[in-house]
Amino acid sequence: MSSSKKKKLTPVQQEYNELVKKVEPKRPLLVNCWHAFVAGGTICLIGQGVQKGFIMWGGFDQKAAGNPTVAVMIILSTILTTIGVYDKIAQWAGAGTAVPVTGFANTMSSSALEHKSEGMVLGVGGKMFELAGPVIVFGTVAAFIIGILHWLFNPSIGGLM
Amino acid sequence: MLQGYQSWIYENQPTIIGTAAVVGPFEGQGPLGDDFDIIHGDLMLGQDSWEKAEKTLLEESNKLAIENAGLTKEQINFYIGGDLMNQIISSSFAGRTLAVPYIGIFGACSSSMKSLALASLLIDSGSAKYALASACSHNASVEKQFRYPTEYGSQKPPTAQFTVTGSGSAVLANEGQGPKVISATIGRVIDMGLKDPYNMGAAMAPAAVDTIQAHFRDLQIDPGYYDLIVTGDLAKVGYKLASELFNKHNVPIKETQYYDCGMMIYDYEKQNVQSGASGCGCSAVVTYGHLLKRLQKGEFNRILVVATGALLSPISYQQGESIPCIAHAVAIKRGEE
Repeated sequence: MSSSKKKKLTPVQQEYNELVKKVEPKRPLLVNCWHAFVAGGTICLIGQGVQKGFIMWGGFDQKAAGNPTVAVMIILSTILTTIGVYDKIAQWAGAGTAVPVTGFANTMSSSALEHKSEGMVLGVGGKMFELAGPVIVFGTVAAFIIGILHWLFNPSIGGLM
Repeated sequence: MLQGYQSWIYENQPTIIGTAAVVGPFEGQGPLGDDFDIIHGDLMLGQDSWEKAEKTLLEESNKLAIENAGLTKEQINFYIGGDLMNQIISSSFAGRTLAVPYIGIFGACSSSMKSLALASLLIDSGSAKYALASACSHNASVEKQFRYPTEYGSQKPPTAQFTVTGSGSAVLANEGQGPKVISATIGRVIDMGLKDPYNMGAAMAPAAVDTIQAHFRDLQIDPGYYDLIVTGDLAKVGYKLASELFNKHNVPIKETQYYDCGMMIYDYEKQNVQSGASGCGCSAVVTYGHLLKRLQKGEFNRILVVATGALLSPISYQQGESIPCIAHAVAIKRGEE
């Protein structure tokens, strides 16, 4: 806790906060990183296999195989979410299942499933982006900023340099 | 009757003449599985939403508790109930089904003992002949309201707790056979400035200790007066902190057995519940399903159940507010056969 936040707490509260820090079990960072590496890597390996499949048997070139590969990974993730397995894997895998596109599919399908009881429009439609919304909003903002920087500093497009 | 600053002594000692504990599949697989009246195999209970499933749990435990008391619902004068849903819909909807005069309460997970303390007060003062007290929670409806969608893949930290799917009800009367409610202490709201909603045990532990100390002070007794003291849902982290606080405040808690309902209901080896259990249903089903049976068997003479509640909302913690907590204690003794 930063010192600015601490100032608002009374001495007794501060003392208790210190005690909690001592007693509470920490997140096992190293183990979590290792699990994330294994799980994320496995997902990417599967994705790579699917992409190779599209190239070898589907007649796609390297670039065109990307889109159907993502679609397959999204479908797989949605199926695992629907049968109630994805969240169990995620407890073990952590960031390994959250970062790849499968995690994004999971946020949307789990929200849609959860709010189906509130109806198709306000439930599924309205709440589907409950968790995915921030990713889209800040992804777009980040892309906008990077786009401007790219325009400013890339001599072949024009800009400053 | 008021005793000390914040405690009630029930001079007429209301009797718990009927109880029921209804749980979900995960709780049924736990070590207390044999003590529950109904174990559901389906988390949805055949309903089409989590909220309806929770309401159904509560309706079943209410109905069964009234049956076990040998009464019909028309004989119940007042029903006092609480749960964790917004606007306590589970209790109010169950009140609609019962169609008896209803008092809805909110004390988060402390609702189980809050409802029991108030119902006992009604009986003790002669304001009711029969009163029904209950509390319930459902893992999925709580996840949905307070955290993330149930199927969302988020990694829970080791301090997180697993909300119990369960409902416990008790029928109280001014006479009859069963355990007697002897006293209660109503807690103050305690906020130690903790903000992590994934560490509720730590936030609630000081409230539990405050109420337990107040209980000893008001009644002028020592922990040894009870054969067992249980807190509601502090789980491993909160239990450890509460034990540290007892030591620090020189409370001789070693005179008695001190335990926590949140550590009793699941099997830590086989069930992945991080720190332990939480929820209104936790202390309700452990008390009404398990502890009162052991009390009546003669394993204990007197027990003190201290239900703990975290009074936060999803909005309050998103706005950076710390978590205010409360605990209510109810003392129960074995009834003579």
